[in-house]
Amino acid sequence: MDYFLELFLGGLTRGSIYALIALGYTMVYGIIELINFAHGEIYMIGAFTGLIVISVLTMLGWNSIAIIILAALIAMLYSAAYGFTIEKIAYKPLRGSQRLSALISAIGMSLFLQNYVLLAQTSNFLPYPNLIPTWDFLKPVGHIVRSTEIVIYIAAALVMVALTYLIKFTRMGKAMRAVAQDRDMSMLVGVDVNRVISFTFIIGSSIAALGGVLVASHIGQVNFYVGFIAGIKAFVAAVLGGIGSMPGAVLGSLVLGWTESFFTGYISSDYEDVFAFVFLVLILIFRPAGILGRSDTDKV
Amino acid sequence: MKPVLDVNQLTMDFGGLRALDHIDLQVKPGEIVALIGPNGAGKTTFFNCITGIYSPTKGDMLLTRPEGDSSRLNGLKPNRVTERGMARTFQNIRLFQNMTVLENVMIGRHCRLRSGIPGAILRPPANRREEKQVVDDSYRMLEKIGLARYVNEFAKNLPYGAQRRLEIARALATEPFLLLLDEPAAGMNAQETKELDDLIIRLRAEMGVSILLIEHDMKLVMSLSDRIYVVDYGKKIAEGNPEEIKSNPAVIKAYLGEDIDA
Repeated sequence: MDYFLELFLGGLTRGSIYALIALGYTMVYGIIELINFAHGEIYMIGAFTGLIVISVLTMLGWNSIAIIILAALIAMLYSAAYGFTIEKIAYKPLRGSQRLSALISAIGMSLFLQNYVLLAQTSNFLPYPNLIPTWDFLKPVGHIVRSTEIVIYIAAALVMVALTYLIKFTRMGKAMRAVAQDRDMSMLVGVDVNRVISFTFIIGSSIAALGGVLVASHIGQVNFYVGFIAGIKAFVAAVLGGIGSMPGAVLGSLVLGWTESFFTGYISSDYEDVFAFVFLVLILIFRPAGILGRSDTDKV
Repeated sequence: MKPVLDVNQLTMDFGGLRALDHIDLQVKPGEIVALIGPNGAGKTTFFNCITGIYSPTKGDMLLTRPEGDSSRLNGLKPNRVTERGMARTFQNIRLFQNMTVLENVMIGRHCRLRSGIPGAILRPPANRREEKQVVDDSYRMLEKIGLARYVNEFAKNLPYGAQRRLEIARALATEPFLLLLDEPAAGMNAQETKELDDLIIRLRAEMGVSILLIEHDMKLVMSLSDRIYVVDYGKKIAEGNPEEIKSNPAVIKAYLGEDIDA
């Protein structure tokens, strides 16, 4: 039973992490129908920014809780600036052209950012200090769940609640839904579409950066390539749940997290990625639009 | 008084096809003007040019507030045109189908608000008051158009005639002084068309908007319009009041073909 619980919670951790990245994918897709392949790199840059802030503040002798909070905030701001800039230089100029052009541009941006970080930070795995203290009340179950994981659950849950509120009730959220449904018409009722798109990139990127800092703390190391792997997994999760749908991204992430966790735990850890992708193929055979996706995604 | 909309020599080429050929058109304050012509004559292209969806090949478009300040529309994005006081509806209904009736109208009101992105996230009290004001104004707009009972329905669940009226309500929410209606009566039965006729007259009387409409229902056009412009193959072939248009030989020819009296 302990083993089952361990796998369940491990899957929940993976799922929460995927969700933090998948939300950015699905939001951007919902608004401009672009798979932002550079999104994983934003996550990686967030993790690195966090590492730099943590290193500096640790040298200055700050309190570790203050350091991790500040590191996460600065990483979010910095990644948001990256997301905003990427959209402006790599996607906006191509907005009128075929969808494939923007997709290629996204892949190019992803490779560019990977190599930029590779040159700046070497290809070595850098150790990532875990500043989240182990809480006393978790000591008896320390082999099943760690405090970092609890923080990841809480962060993911808070992000989902905040996003739901943003989309459902705020003015920007209404504008986002309007642009997702009919971009030209939104402009005609006075919505500044460029601003809505920038905002979407800013929010998606800062969520990914939060994920980056937490995951790197949890795993304990980071290098330039972590964004690619995490990005692909989160993309799978977003497609699994139905790309463009936010609840779908969360559900897809959790399903993917548990699938990986249970299959590797009960069968074999050698085939971790195989299980994930076999599952994706099966879902897409029976529900091509994803678990919560609508099939009428093609707009007239 | 200066016309609210003054279009000069508007020309739009799509490759080798000239969809609009040196069109002149004016709408004076408080006027209801109709733009008519056979299918494919370029009427909707004209709307798309002046609202910033297309950038015209040639020509000048000037929008003048009733208070007097003018702005040139050439090169403005659709949302900027809307901010300057011109709103439109579409021939085929283009509501935000998965949003409620109230939300559709609220979206339109947002362009009249001041607070930016930081305000939208942090929501200080002033912002919240503004938001409350938007809800109230939007609800009042729905009452005026007669849609108050649908307020929390999804737009897609409304009956056809109500969807058409919601499009008008959403356009009006942006506080235009010039309203463009693209075939507002399309697909309506006689009763609904009658109600639309009354609604348009009432809007002009109560809100003081000028109206430019494209319409195929000649009965509606003749009863509503102060002046009518007729286009065919991208060219303006006639303009005048309903009586003049009815008896204009060029118009009759365009609508009925060459050989009608042969």
